Amino acid sequence: MSEKLLVNPIDCDGHGACAELLPEMITLDEWGYPVIDDRPVPPALARDARSAVSACPKLALRLTRS
Amino acid sequence: MTTATTTGLPRLLPRDGGRPEDWRLHMARFGPIPYRGSTGRLIDDVREAGLTGRGGAAFPAHRKLAAVAEAAANQRVRPVVIANGAEGEPASDKDATLLWLAPHLVLDGLQLAAEAAGADRAILYTHEDRRDDVGRRLRAELRQRRDDRVDVVLATAPPRFLAGQETALVNHLGGGPAVPRFPLPRVTERGLDGVPTLVQNAETLAHMALIARYGPRWFRQLGTGAEPGSLLTTVRRGGDGRPRIVEVPFGVPLMSLLGDLEDAGAVLVGGYHGTWLPTAQAMRLRLDNESLRSAGAAVGAGILAALPGDRCGLAETARVVRYLALESAGQCGPCLNGLPRMSAALTALATGRAAGRAAASARADLERWAGLVTGRGACHHPDGTARFVRSALRTFAGELDRHERGRCGAANRAPYLPVPSLTARTEEDWL
Repeated sequence: MSEKLLVNPIDCDGHGACAELLPEMITLDEWGYPVIDDRPVPPALARDARSAVSACPKLALRLTRS
Repeated sequence: MTTATTTGLPRLLPRDGGRPEDWRLHMARFGPIPYRGSTGRLIDDVREAGLTGRGGAAFPAHRKLAAVAEAAANQRVRPVVIANGAEGEPASDKDATLLWLAPHLVLDGLQLAAEAAGADRAILYTHEDRRDDVGRRLRAELRQRRDDRVDVVLATAPPRFLAGQETALVNHLGGGPAVPRFPLPRVTERGLDGVPTLVQNAETLAHMALIARYGPRWFRQLGTGAEPGSLLTTVRRGGDGRPRIVEVPFGVPLMSLLGDLEDAGAVLVGGYHGTWLPTAQAMRLRLDNESLRSAGAAVGAGILAALPGDRCGLAETARVVRYLALESAGQCGPCLNGLPRMSAALTALATGRAAGRAAASARADLERWAGLVTGRGACHHPDGTARFVRSALRTFAGELDRHERGRCGAANRAPYLPVPSLTARTEEDWL
C-alpha cells in the first residue's frame, strides 16, 4: 500500500514548512506555495513526509492511501 | 464511427421554432412522466444510452446517479437531487434557452433522477432574472405539474462565473457564498446538508426524460458510438456576435455549424475554459470529444465562436482573461497569484505596451504561469484559464509577432466575445 501527498489549496497559506522538511518531494513556486510531487512517497522518505504533514500550521497537507 | 444524421431533431427544443412549451403543450408532445416504479431502473437505461453530462465535463451520467443512490443506501439517508441551470459562462446561453422553451423536460428529468436515486428533495438552481423573468414563469409552470412526487424548490444562482461549479453550488445552497470547496469528500458522498447530492446539468436531465420515454436504442440513433445523442450548442459567428442555440448530433462537422469561415480569424471551441483553434484546423474537426481531442480541444458545454477576421484575437483573449482573473474566488494561492499576472501580461501584449524584449519575456512568463497554475486549484478554474491562454499563444502567434513590432491586424476594435461588466468586489457578491 503506497501513500501520496495531498494539499488542500484552499487551506494552504504558503507557510512553506513542508518544503523545508521534504525538499525531495515539495518545492515552492514563485509565490511561496507548494508544488507537490504526486508520485507515491518512497519508503525512505516516509518519516520526513509525516513530519511535513504535522508541521503544517494550517493542517492543509495530508497523506492519502491509494 | 460518426452517424451525423439529423433526422429527429430537435429532440429537446420545441419543433415549431421557438414557442415556449407550457404544461399543456408539453403533455401533448411527450405525455406524462414515465416513472419506473423503483429506484435504479433508470440508471441501467441511462448507462445503455451512454448519456454524458452536458455541463462541460462529459462525465457519464449513470455513474453519478449510481454513486448517489449507493452512498444514500449505505448511509441510510435520503439524498437530494439538483438540476443545475446556472450558466455562469457568459458565452453560453443553452441552459437558459432550454429552461425558457422546454422547462418541463428538465423538470421531468429531475423527478426521474429523484426516483432513481431515492431522493426526497429536489432543487432547480438557475439565474432567475437572466431572461424575461424566468423565475416567475418557472414557478407558474411548477404549479401546473400534478404528477410530481417530490416537491421542487427554486433557488437562484448569483451572477458569477463559478456559480454552477458543483461544490460552489452546494456551498451556496447551504447558505454560504458560491465559492468552490475542496473536492473531497465528493458531493455524491457528502453534499448539501451533509447528504449524498446529485448535481446534474439541466440539459442532461432533459435527455434523461427522453431516454425514460423512448429508450436507449432510440437515444443512440443520433451521435457517435462514444458520445451518443444530441447536444445544445451556443454558436456565434458574424458581425454582431449574437448567439444562436442549435441542437445538433455529436459528431457534426464544425463546418456545418459555423458555415463558410474563410473570413474568420480563429474559432473558439468550448468557451472561456476552452481552446482557440486556427480556422483551417477547426474546419477539419467534428463536434465530439474524440475529434476535438486530436486538436487539444473539448466539446465543453457546446460553445462555438468564430472570431471575425477584422478583430484582434489577443485583445479578445486579454479581455476575457481579465474577467476570468476577477472571477477567481481567490481561495487558492496559485490561482490568486497567477491569474491576475497572466491577465496583466496579456493586456500589455495586446495593447502593445510590451514590445521587443519585454514582449518576449511576457510570452515566456505566460507559458510558465499557465503551467504553474494548472492542477493546483480546488476547482478547475485555473486549469481552464491556462488552457485558454496557451491556446491563444499558439493560435495568435502571428498576431503576437505583429504586436511585438508595435502593429495590430485588427480593423475593428469593438469587443466581440461577451464579458459582463460587473465583477465581484466583496464577499456579498458571491451570495
